Amino acid sequence: MKRYIIMRLLATVPLLLSISLLCFLFINLIPSDPAEVALRIRQTPIITEDAILQVRQELGLDQPFLVRYAQWLWSCIQLDFGVSYTNPARTVLGEIGRCLPTTLSLAGFSLLYVLILSLPIGFLSAVYKDSWFDRIMRGVVFTTTAMPAYWVGLLLIWFVSIKLDLLPTSGYGGLEHLLLPAFTVALTYISTYIRLIRNNMLENMREDYVLYAQARGLKQRNILVRHILKNSLQSCITAIGMSIPQLIAGTIVVENVFAWPGIGKLCITAIFNRDYPVIQAYVLMIGVLFVFFNLFFDILQYAADPRLRQGKSHA
Amino acid sequence: MLKQFFKNPLALMCLVIVGGTAFLGIFAPWIVPHDPYANNILNKFASPSWAYPLGTDQLGRCVFSRMLYGIRPTLFLSLVVMLGTLGLGVLLGTIAGYFRGIVDEVIMRVVDIMLSFPSQIMILAVVALLGVDIRNVIIATIFIKWAWYARMIRTATIKYAEMNFVLFSRSIGSGNLYILTRHMLPCIAAELAVLASLDMGWAILNISTLSFLGLGVQAPVPEWGAMLNEAKNVMASNPEQMIVPGLAVVVLVGAFNFLGDSLRDALDPKAVRS
Amino acid sequence: MSCVLDVANVSVGFRQKGGVLPLVKNASLRLSAGQCLGILGESGSGKSMLCKAIAGLLDENFTVEGSIRFEGLQLLRQKPEKLRRLRGQKIGIVLQNPMSCFDPLYRIGEQMEETLAEHYNAGRRKIYTKCIEILELMRIRQAINVLAQYPHQLSGGMLQRVMIGLAVALDPVLIIADEPTTAIDSISQHSIMQEFVRIKEAGQVAMIFVSHDLGVLSRISDDVMVMHGGRVMEQGRAQDIFANAQDVYTRHLIEQHTAVMKRFCAAISPAV
Repeated sequence: MKRYIIMRLLATVPLLLSISLLCFLFINLIPSDPAEVALRIRQTPIITEDAILQVRQELGLDQPFLVRYAQWLWSCIQLDFGVSYTNPARTVLGEIGRCLPTTLSLAGFSLLYVLILSLPIGFLSAVYKDSWFDRIMRGVVFTTTAMPAYWVGLLLIWFVSIKLDLLPTSGYGGLEHLLLPAFTVALTYISTYIRLIRNNMLENMREDYVLYAQARGLKQRNILVRHILKNSLQSCITAIGMSIPQLIAGTIVVENVFAWPGIGKLCITAIFNRDYPVIQAYVLMIGVLFVFFNLFFDILQYAADPRLRQGKSHA
Repeated sequence: MLKQFFKNPLALMCLVIVGGTAFLGIFAPWIVPHDPYANNILNKFASPSWAYPLGTDQLGRCVFSRMLYGIRPTLFLSLVVMLGTLGLGVLLGTIAGYFRGIVDEVIMRVVDIMLSFPSQIMILAVVALLGVDIRNVIIATIFIKWAWYARMIRTATIKYAEMNFVLFSRSIGSGNLYILTRHMLPCIAAELAVLASLDMGWAILNISTLSFLGLGVQAPVPEWGAMLNEAKNVMASNPEQMIVPGLAVVVLVGAFNFLGDSLRDALDPKAVRS
Repeated sequence: MSCVLDVANVSVGFRQKGGVLPLVKNASLRLSAGQCLGILGESGSGKSMLCKAIAGLLDENFTVEGSIRFEGLQLLRQKPEKLRRLRGQKIGIVLQNPMSCFDPLYRIGEQMEETLAEHYNAGRRKIYTKCIEILELMRIRQAINVLAQYPHQLSGGMLQRVMIGLAVALDPVLIIADEPTTAIDSISQHSIMQEFVRIKEAGQVAMIFVSHDLGVLSRISDDVMVMHGGRVMEQGRAQDIFANAQDVYTRHLIEQHTAVMKRFCAAISPAV
């Protein structure tokens, strides 16, 4: 167990390094000269060679690649991602720090939707396979996977907010502002997990241990919950864990539909403004989140499975 | 196994939907009643009529004509994306799986890195890097998606490389290229077809989403996602504007997803029995 | 001796598109306490299906017709709850593949306790001591340690013995053993057979013992039933059938077995 965690931790180091290298390469690959961009954004009236050179020195762009990478990495570790091109008065960290909480509340609320809806629906669909409930749910799952999230968001705004006038159409605020966008973010994942849990349960139902549990005369309810559900969730742990950073990343579209002032909206605005430091920090952040969530849930899955946890005494 | 596939009436219907859409897209210039760009501000938000089968939009343009023209970027660009992805993925996947060693190691590490990001974020990053344009969206998508295929094809190649008929072919002196193209590709073609049709749905959603965000196809070019973006602005007064393009995306993506599912069922007899 | 199990004209079918696929046709058998019926047949002959039908373990995808009476009670179309109470208490069941029959996520002790708690009204303490008793009865050493282990940490033979122990734990009237020796190595096979012979010789229970192995069956069966393609080919006293089979298929099986045995004997003692 300890060995596994150490190995797994060590394995993330090269992955993190390559992700950071990729992010660093990214800003170095932009077709326009970053110094020139910076000048243009500061609305310098005339861009001269001298000014460019000066900014280049100011931004440390005249040093060799690896030195710049090391410097950049070091400041990233200290959470210093530089200043925004569009608004030099603001640091990237400040921008992200301002927008991250709103995105996290959106993602957290969507996760709540996902868990509350997909677990029971997936469970019931498997237990009552081919019943009217399962058929309807299969239809719903199929349709929602084909629906673009932004369209669902628009339909919800129109129906719930405009037609029924129940919830605010967009913007940031209390719980009533959160309900619709969180559901929109969650929808894709809800259907994915209904499907995953249902199929996993059905697969487990064919296992010998279920037959033997029945032969031992256990109550059907106990077999379903204690044995089949637990075994199915076991194999879903990593998948469900990985959906958390995906939910965070998935807010991009929804934040733009609902005008939710989170990092997704920040990122899209940055793309239009060519505000590369912001984009770079965003990509780096999501990549690191992915690696860490993957690591955490892999270890969790490992710890939850006695076959893996205890080594192999009998193969 | 294909016989079983064709027995499935729903799968056939999906095939008809996809084929029909492609046909309408190809022959759009001869079918459409109006120029998709011709605006007539006096006739905006017209209800469906014989002249305008689906009514007109906020600039008085014919929605039906725009929908048909919209097939082109939506369907055909997704097709380009998938072909590019498949090509790159198959190439690198088979190379990694067949030659193994250091080549494999390098390719798979790159794949690992690519897969450690959520694909949507990577696409955004690449689009940001190259600039907002539909061509860049396509390049970005291929650049992100190939890794999935490379990994899958590598696994399949390794599996088949140890099968007897490949070993036999090698032992009678067939060259690498011959073995790869004649023996291995047909073996993995079936699995590829399943994955590719499922991913066609994904690619369509992806392109329309980026166009909706204004990063892909730019207005006034008719594209379903971009049309929805325009419809968004008039949502309060004319909500019916967003119904047709949205439904079209759902039906087309749904058809591809269903095709993928039924192909998989037809190819995997085990799954059918259960 | 009273009749424990009376199975009359049972047919089992599998529902599929375009009709019902017959799996067992018109099987009948009677069994009293202390008696063992061996069912012989190759895989796919319907012997397992017959056992599952008797134990009520077939789901709604299967059709079962005929009559299955257990201590006078009709089991067919009985309430699932009633059947469940019988299983594990009055009907003990042993399955093949012991390695996959236990839930990998729970300790052996937890799974044994869970079974006993379902049928046996006693406190935790008492159930725990009962579990240790069962394992000791099955001649498993270090019972306390075994209870704390996960299924993957035990050998197939060991798990099979746990299963047999659970099957006999609550003094059942009937034991159904579906290929209990197939999936384990031959040394464990020998000791597992000893357990079954011991249970049988105690004379309390009726037993159905399914196997495709003639040698195993001949050790334990009083009566033998030979199945092939879902049909009962032959049925009768074990000695009669082994000595003087009427049916062509049965004779074929017996001849093959003796031929193998002869060759085996010749191989281990070339002098004879």
